[in-house]
Amino acid sequence: MRCIIVDDEVSARAIVLELCKTIPDLEVVAEFPNALEALKFLKHTQVDLIFLDIHMPKFTGVDFIETAKDPPKIVLTTSDKNFAIEAYGYDFVIDYLVKPITAERFQTCKARLERAFQTSKLEHVENSIAQTEDEDLYINIDRRLIKLKFGEIQLIEAQGDYIEIQTQQKRYRVHSTLKKIKEKLPESRFLQIHRSFIINFTQIIDIQDNSVLIERNVIPISRSNRPELMQRLNLL
Amino acid sequence: MTEQPNLDYIKEISGGNEDFEKKFLTIIQTEFPKEKSDYIENLERSDLEESAKIVHKIKHKLGILGLTGGYKLAVKYEEDLKHGDTKLKEEFYQILQSVEEFILKIA
Repeated sequence: MRCIIVDDEVSARAIVLELCKTIPDLEVVAEFPNALEALKFLKHTQVDLIFLDIHMPKFTGVDFIETAKDPPKIVLTTSDKNFAIEAYGYDFVIDYLVKPITAERFQTCKARLERAFQTSKLEHVENSIAQTEDEDLYINIDRRLIKLKFGEIQLIEAQGDYIEIQTQQKRYRVHSTLKKIKEKLPESRFLQIHRSFIINFTQIIDIQDNSVLIERNVIPISRSNRPELMQRLNLL
Repeated sequence: MTEQPNLDYIKEISGGNEDFEKKFLTIIQTEFPKEKSDYIENLERSDLEESAKIVHKIKHKLGILGLTGGYKLAVKYEEDLKHGDTKLKEEFYQILQSVEEFILKIA
């Protein structure tokens, strides 16, 4: 995660910078004494998060929020409690920290950030999967190019010099390798879980011990591929 | 007994990082005198709106230096100034003096 700190007080920026060090994957890429400089910076640099002071001379944090197009997530920092309710009207405002920010309160903010970014990540994955629903792949069967939609493919199995592609309707045998087809498949939807199997993990019915059930097919999960599969699942 | 500034908050934030503590105190030693003189200048000019904005910044430092009572007074004084009321200015000035003395002492 990349973030910037915007505050006209050097001491306030120093505190946020120090607190940010308690979040291991958070990198503070720049600091700004006013919101206008931050806006200019954001025109050419993308960040995931802004720690934004509200009370700044000339161009305030509120002006920034109302001006910025498609802003990243924002944590407001201020000595003024009065703006808190209004601030939560903006869906990109994750938290509202009243100065001086305590280490304990920052830990709560850290947890909120983790939740917010986790949700964004899931939404991104879901969108990527949805986008591939109608995308397709052509396979050569007896000199005929057959179109298969990614959403229809359930699994692919290596069979010597061939691969077998199982769709909801049919099983196709194609002269190719798992490595080759893997390069053509969207990562957001497909995953190799065994040296002989790639699965469309949106079609998983259940996972038990070291196997995955897709429709009536029980597919083994190799020990080395299991961690990645577990990481990709939205586990409760 | 009057409330005295302390470094408890700074030590809490630093988590024992002495380099940060030194750097941070240097920042306060630079920032605070400037804010204090700006505040006095604006008050003398009867620019109460601008004075309120500086009190807003100073109150953050009062919180940093553990002046809970001073912070509360600054919150009230900031609002009063916005409404043209300066009756807390002497009390606020005493707080500014104690912060200044503290900053000089730790320099």
